Amino acid sequence: MAIQETMGEAPAKASFIYDPKVRGVFYQIVLVAAIVWLGWEFITNAARNLEQQNISSGFGFLKNTAGFGIIQSLVDYAEESSYGQALWVGFLNTVLIAFLGIILATVIGFVVGIARLSNNWVISRIAYVYIEVLRNIPLLLQIFFWYFAVLRAVPNPRNSFEMMFGTMFLNNRGLFMPRPVFGEGSILILIGLIVGVVGAFVVSSWARKRQMATGQQFPSFRVGLALIFGLPFLGYLLSGLPVTLDHPELKGFNFVGGMKVIPEFMALLLALSIYTATFIAEIVRAGILAVSHGQTEASHALGLRPGPTLRLVVIPQAMRVIIPPLTSQYLNLTKNSSLAVAIAYPDLVSVGGTVLNQTGQAIEIIGIWMLVYLSLSLLTSGFMNWYNDRMSLVER
Amino acid sequence: MAKTTKPLAASSGAGWVRTEMEEVLAAPISDVGLIGWMRQNLFSSIPNTILTLIGAYLIYLLVPPLINFGVVHAVWNGENREACVGSHGACWAYVKAYFPQFIYGRYPDAERWRVNLVFLMLAGGLIPLLMPSLPFKRANTIFMLLIFPVVSFILLTGGNVDPGAWAWIALAVIGIIAFAMVLLPVIAGQADIASRSKQLMVVAVLLAIPAAIMLLFSIDFGLEHVETANWGGLLVTLVIAITGIAASLPFGIALALGRRSQLPIVRLISVIFIEFWRGVPLITVLFMSSVVLPLFMNEGVTIDKLFRVLVGVTLFASAYMAEVVRGGLQAIPKGQYEGADALGLTFWQKMNLIVLPQALKLVIPGIVNTFIGLFKDTTLVLIVGLFDLLGQIQSSFTDPTWSSPTQGHTGYLFAAIMFWIFCFSMSRYSIFMEKRLDTGRKR
Repeated sequence: MAIQETMGEAPAKASFIYDPKVRGVFYQIVLVAAIVWLGWEFITNAARNLEQQNISSGFGFLKNTAGFGIIQSLVDYAEESSYGQALWVGFLNTVLIAFLGIILATVIGFVVGIARLSNNWVISRIAYVYIEVLRNIPLLLQIFFWYFAVLRAVPNPRNSFEMMFGTMFLNNRGLFMPRPVFGEGSILILIGLIVGVVGAFVVSSWARKRQMATGQQFPSFRVGLALIFGLPFLGYLLSGLPVTLDHPELKGFNFVGGMKVIPEFMALLLALSIYTATFIAEIVRAGILAVSHGQTEASHALGLRPGPTLRLVVIPQAMRVIIPPLTSQYLNLTKNSSLAVAIAYPDLVSVGGTVLNQTGQAIEIIGIWMLVYLSLSLLTSGFMNWYNDRMSLVER
Repeated sequence: MAKTTKPLAASSGAGWVRTEMEEVLAAPISDVGLIGWMRQNLFSSIPNTILTLIGAYLIYLLVPPLINFGVVHAVWNGENREACVGSHGACWAYVKAYFPQFIYGRYPDAERWRVNLVFLMLAGGLIPLLMPSLPFKRANTIFMLLIFPVVSFILLTGGNVDPGAWAWIALAVIGIIAFAMVLLPVIAGQADIASRSKQLMVVAVLLAIPAAIMLLFSIDFGLEHVETANWGGLLVTLVIAITGIAASLPFGIALALGRRSQLPIVRLISVIFIEFWRGVPLITVLFMSSVVLPLFMNEGVTIDKLFRVLVGVTLFASAYMAEVVRGGLQAIPKGQYEGADALGLTFWQKMNLIVLPQALKLVIPGIVNTFIGLFKDTTLVLIVGLFDLLGQIQSSFTDPTWSSPTQGHTGYLFAAIMFWIFCFSMSRYSIFMEKRLDTGRKR
């Protein structure tokens, strides 16, 4: 501005078609017009095509009877239930596999990532080979391998593998485990558990405050552990041992009783967590390497032993580097759980595919899928952003 | 350690004085060589020794059975299942018999030379392009981006497709609009025609390329038409992965620029587009392209199934590509943008001459990683009924001629080896480029 004033008269204004603002507005109008035209074209075409195929659009079909069974369901479901309920069952199965997969992948990933940095040559080589082999093989192939080549290839129920001293059985129908049956008075165990968890929180926050104020340490981890496990056990003893185990038994051609984990679930869980763990391991390794070595040396100079150095100095700093890419791996795992459709594990996509085939409501079903996965993605990334904010360095 | 002793006083006469250095002792055997290395890296402490033993046990559990299965007990030759039924090893005879199918799918035997020619062109064009030390990069790039796709399309499908009158009309309309926009200042009296000659050339070339491609496609070269339904195996895997990545690059660049644009509507649309495709699983995108896309089309318009999948894969990949490119755009120092502005360059000059050459060079490893992801994800197309390499292998299991207990394991092992070789070499290449490109930015 100052320069223009000293230079006096500005040169004659160029035509308005050279004005970047005018051009910007023009381009945006063209873009919006193109998108509106494309959308209009799609909608009118879709409406006409659906009319020709006698498919009524809308979500009314969700109330109709589904008429197909689902092999794994967390809520009550029968063939008489509606399509809406079937999709709900599928959604819960997706959440279940994603949740368990994330936990298992995180555990394997952290173990392998730290093993990769181990001073022990054999261990770090094994971790390296694990990472490089399994992350370069497509996930779908791994799912097929676990499902068709491993879990479908185990013997039939009469010749099951026995595990854990004959309490668990693996055969081509699935994994059969004893199921705990909670008898009368079990409420005391639940109360014990709740009190234990609350107590552990209270103790740890009290211990942290005391350490901040006085510098004295308190074994809050061990005490918390004792509270969480001890109180329910006390409740179990006080209420007169009400929990019994329902053991699976071989009757005829299959097992009866107990808890059954279907092979589809196991294959998907194994493949998802083993595959995602390779990426998490690399993230963990990069995160730990990102913490400068001076931090470790300074910590040793202060007299901390290797264990506390890792726990108190290295990992908290590494977490800041680890969390953002870890989030996207969690999201990948959640989205990849949709590969369940390939082995017919009844997740949202698999159940939705069946509904789609029966009703032909393609747009609605795919809309539901995309909406659900988008919201799961946004929820996960929202939670991880919140966690990241808590962990990040407080800068002035 | 060499001992040095102080010479004693000569007068005492009682001392013995060493005159030369004592020979240097070798390090103790426990500190050097294999044993020393093992002591340091494997058995330095009790926990370390335990870890080593666990590791050795793991190797013992996994490696010998794998070698036994894949090599020792494997069956290498045979005519049918009889050869493999009794053995506990891999049935490589089955892979040998099915190998052509795994590569070409049901592509007619007599026409397979066309696929081979495409593979040869791909290798011949791509390898020199990927090796930084080789010359003729510009000619090579033009070959890979223009000539290779057109020739491959004609070779693989047989060509002789009529683009239809609508395509020509659309091209003509776009051409008229483009020329009008270039000549607008001349008409408005703001500039003379000579000053716009360069732009006119550019527009003419940009229009001539699609026109030439459409002409080439409509010529009958006498090649037999091969339906895409007959394509399969590695051919489909490579077609989807390479088309997906090549087509998603321009879209990705456009979206990345859009996301950093000053224009609010452009930015909003780019963000929504990118976040939408990144938020949904590929499998739903594939279902959409195979089930919903036909619903969106005009009456009587049918689109090839492989092409629909390619559209879905491209849209999906371009969202990921956009984020990769955005990373590169953000890594360019602000001074470069400001310098370009100070020189008075227009937006497109600034991007084409200053920013994108630097940004794209930076993100080559990211692009390769996206490609690896896409390459692995091509296996998903078997769910919507296309036969890629994995799909072809999976479908071969139904053939009773080769049914044996080890057939499935062999097939999966073969698929794993094939995918692993491709993905691992690409990831090595990405690391190599990363190291190479890093040097330019080091001070």
